[in-house]
Amino acid sequence: MAVCIAVIAKENYPLYIRSTPTENELKFHYMVHTSLDVVDEKISAMGKALVDQRELYLGLLYPTEDYKVYGYVTNSKVKFVMVVDSSNTALRDNEIRSMFRKLHNSYTDVMCNPFYNPGDRIQSRAFDNMVTSMMIQVC
Amino acid sequence: MADAVLFEFLHTEMVAELWAPDADPGSGSADRITPQHKAGLSGKKKSWSVLEGLGFRVGQALGERLPRETLAVREELDALKFLCKDLWAAMFQKHMDGLRTNHQGTYVLQDNNFPLLLTMGSGSQYIEEAPKFLAFTCGLLCGALHTLGFRSLVTASVTALPACKFQVVMQKS
Repeated sequence: MAVCIAVIAKENYPLYIRSTPTENELKFHYMVHTSLDVVDEKISAMGKALVDQRELYLGLLYPTEDYKVYGYVTNSKVKFVMVVDSSNTALRDNEIRSMFRKLHNSYTDVMCNPFYNPGDRIQSRAFDNMVTSMMIQVC
Repeated sequence: MADAVLFEFLHTEMVAELWAPDADPGSGSADRITPQHKAGLSGKKKSWSVLEGLGFRVGQALGERLPRETLAVREELDALKFLCKDLWAAMFQKHMDGLRTNHQGTYVLQDNNFPLLLTMGSGSQYIEEAPKFLAFTCGLLCGALHTLGFRSLVTASVTALPACKFQVVMQKS
């Protein structure tokens, strides 16, 4: 259901980025890049407010006419950005949350892999498969 | 229940293996021509950093896996509290006994009954041997803090087994 999923490291470089329509990939890369500003804004806004409970899920970052962009940040400041098709029957918030939770769990598994050096591009097949399952659910 | 003991045995073997009496620096060819004494010393430093490196990588992974759903860590003190409660409970099934700070970036974590030192008896008999058993844990604390976004320097000291202190100095980057 997602058309593009990206994992961005703390230093704001991509660890993993994949999109379904393989033509026009650059457009999605650009969208993810611009959404990073919104993510940073949300994170710093949360820091200032006297919140007792901070959410990892950032919610809808910004909508365009064709797509909606959602964000999620982990405790280690690794950001997940997901672009979904607006024309799709509106995905419920819960579904997006559960997709992010699956992403987070898979990312944690990648981190715990002793052959993975933190900071490298993610090349795990298990992670790839999980992302594929999230991207081609619509048929 | 057996899980904790498995790690303790593995850790004991790791230290024993890395601190074998004829610790050969190995990869550096230049080291082999230096006198035995010098080779021994650099071997010890290397063993310490190998153990610390192991702990660091494990700490990085734990720092990713342990913090739960909420963005729990807002500032240094929260990170230290996470170390003392969540990390210690996951690794050693107990909480840290004491946390002190000078409010200027230095924290002292005190554990009065450190599980990895418990088996060595209590008192001051093995004080010289004890620090190498703390190398892994120093790296662990450093790695977990690194994942949470804080650069730090961790050292350990023992005055009377099985109590030990870890000193964490936060680095301003």
